[in-house]
Amino acid sequence: MALDFLDNAFFRNIYCNLSASDDGRCGERVFSVLPGGFEWLAFLITGIVIALILVNGLLGSVIVFIWAERRLLGRFQSRLGPNRWGPFGTLTPVADAIKTMFKEDIVPDAADRWVFNAAPVVMMVPSLMVLAVIPWGSGTFLADLNIGVLFIIAITSLSTFAIVMAGWGSQNRYAMFGAMRAVALLISYEIPMALSLLGVLMIAGSLSLVSIVSAQDLPFILVQPLGFLVFFIATTAEINRTPFDVAEAESELGAGYHTDYSGMKFGLFLNAEFAATILSAAVIVAVFLGGGRAWDFLPSQIWFLLKMLPVLIFMVWMRASWPRLRIDQVLSLAWKGLIILAFINIVGSAILTFIWPDPSTTELWKMAGINLIVMIASVYAVGGLLGPGSAPVAGFARGEAPPTPRPAGEPAGGSG
Amino acid sequence: MTLQSEPVIVNVGPQHPSTHGVLRMRVAFDGETVTDAEMIIGYLHRGSEKLAEERTFTQVITLTDRMDYVAAMTNNQAYVLSVEKLAGIEPMPRGVYLRMISAELQRIASHLMAVGFLLQDLGALATPLMYMFREREDILDLFELMCGARITVSYHRPSGVFQDVPDEFWGRLRQFLDGMPAHIDEYERLISGNEIVLSRMRGVGVLDPDVMVNASITGPMLRAGGVDWDLRHRAPYEFYDRVSFDRPIMDESDNYARYLVRVYEMREALKIVEQCVEQIEPGPVRDPDVPFVLRPPVGESYVGIEGPKGELGFYLVSDGGISPYRCKVRPPSLLNLTLLREMVIGLPMADMIVTFGTVDVNMGEVDR
Repeated sequence: MALDFLDNAFFRNIYCNLSASDDGRCGERVFSVLPGGFEWLAFLITGIVIALILVNGLLGSVIVFIWAERRLLGRFQSRLGPNRWGPFGTLTPVADAIKTMFKEDIVPDAADRWVFNAAPVVMMVPSLMVLAVIPWGSGTFLADLNIGVLFIIAITSLSTFAIVMAGWGSQNRYAMFGAMRAVALLISYEIPMALSLLGVLMIAGSLSLVSIVSAQDLPFILVQPLGFLVFFIATTAEINRTPFDVAEAESELGAGYHTDYSGMKFGLFLNAEFAATILSAAVIVAVFLGGGRAWDFLPSQIWFLLKMLPVLIFMVWMRASWPRLRIDQVLSLAWKGLIILAFINIVGSAILTFIWPDPSTTELWKMAGINLIVMIASVYAVGGLLGPGSAPVAGFARGEAPPTPRPAGEPAGGSG
Repeated sequence: MTLQSEPVIVNVGPQHPSTHGVLRMRVAFDGETVTDAEMIIGYLHRGSEKLAEERTFTQVITLTDRMDYVAAMTNNQAYVLSVEKLAGIEPMPRGVYLRMISAELQRIASHLMAVGFLLQDLGALATPLMYMFREREDILDLFELMCGARITVSYHRPSGVFQDVPDEFWGRLRQFLDGMPAHIDEYERLISGNEIVLSRMRGVGVLDPDVMVNASITGPMLRAGGVDWDLRHRAPYEFYDRVSFDRPIMDESDNYARYLVRVYEMREALKIVEQCVEQIEPGPVRDPDVPFVLRPPVGESYVGIEGPKGELGFYLVSDGGISPYRCKVRPPSLLNLTLLREMVIGLPMADMIVTFGTVDVNMGEVDR
């Protein structure tokens, strides 16, 4: 039996109290429920319990996040936000959920029923699978995959299928437009997203998220500022949030690829989207913000959640502030901007890792300083390259001041 | 093997988040690019012009409220001016100033809506729109003080306005005039220099000024194309010859120019209101000798004013009876919409929506 899992405190606490295993790592157990010989059952139950905790924790946090986002957006937009149902409107998402569940589930006549019905489920699955590898604190994870980062990148790409299925299965032109845009966007942004993580992997020397966290004596946002910038932008695009929400683009496409969905199927899409937002914040915290590592006066799990807050709030802030890019501008940003930046980051990190193969904290600080300079220089250079090209129709050159209207002639008064 | 392809026909509207009401655009797409577009109107047709023939001259004012329902004051003004010309009524000065104040406030409110929904079409998640609703709310509160109504105001009457404003109105107006420039600066900080806004709107939807003049396009859209045409200046009505104001002109004639001209016109409208507040004097707001049921002499009249969206005119024919024999509206929204097809062909879908947003049409006025 794969008792390597016993290194995981999360797992050990449940498993040891269930089974009669005499494994030394169990230490003092409070009680043992199952008799000897049933370790396999204990193992199974433990896995199910942890999966249940994580999945329900995610869905619960989606509800909290929906409420928080709506409240925050309300504040950004100088209005109150939801405040009718429950204290500070906290029960509004619950009411929304109930409404969504009881709504009629409409399948359009022209729709391809199987594809149409499967799409929301396929959309939800990647979000839940990513949960497995995220280290929510020291020793708190479902699995320490040695290819954790690769797993995340591979699994999140699956949502592309769901979007194509939704767009194609609906037989709706708006949905098709949204799906086509989403595919172009997701495929483009996979590349800078994967490339931007290479610098981190070089310094950490591992693909496992647990090892990446333990390598962060200095948070990698400082050591890899350029990698963080590219990763953050690419993630924002991957999860379809403003200013990259071209796939939904409510002012152009109605609701994009889920235009024809109603009831709980729509609810699943919504859930998957918010879950993806939360998980991307979790990945950013694990890879760039040092995971649960911080001062000791709070448990590492709490630190992890606390660090997710600014990331999420920043995403809401972006959503409240910015208009949407056009799809060709979105793609040219990925291909002409982010990929170049990611390659610069790879080369820079490779050289630095060659100089300091096993960096101490001091050496990490030196890397941070060098990388900051590299980031500022390369962003400026690539931005200058990108400027005129990013707006093929407008031809807006960087630095050129926007025009101002001129007053016409003399003031109108007096002439009669 | 040759790739067989055919254009995708999409009905954008009549129910669509960005058609500002019930415009239906039947658009042919080649991929994301618009290859043809047909504007189908008439979903909000209520026969206002025909209804006007069954109402007395004063009752028609309530119909004009419902034409351009985000700019009811200027509709009232255009109609009332036409009636005054038809019946030969001399308006009371205080009433005229109140009409000017209300019309300029309405212009600000209408431009706020135009810019706010334009940003909504650009994909900004309602933040600029909510800011603009906040200030529009103040304007509507002022209207409520003036006449008790907020949207369908029916405030103007032949010979003036139907009642004087209460004393507290002037304090509230002062507050609004003091606060508004800072709010406009706030919008400009949020929107005007935003790189995404610039790259989305500059150079998109360009119209040739000659084409616009030939197509009877008026208002901010025309002035964004470098044509200095503002009826408040060219053919001053009311007391617009007693106030001084600039007419913002831009030469780019693109979506960004149309946006910016509206923002600057809000500032100019504030200036006009300031001057009206200085010049207004106590007195009657309405001539008590003008009867409620007017019987203008046989004849016809046309008065065009500079509405928020362009030249808004009422052509009235009287046969000597108590209601107009014919009431024809020159709606700026409808005429500004005529060039939309030429503007959007060749644009991506996203820019088509934005270009439509910068035209600033009101479907209530298009269909009447």
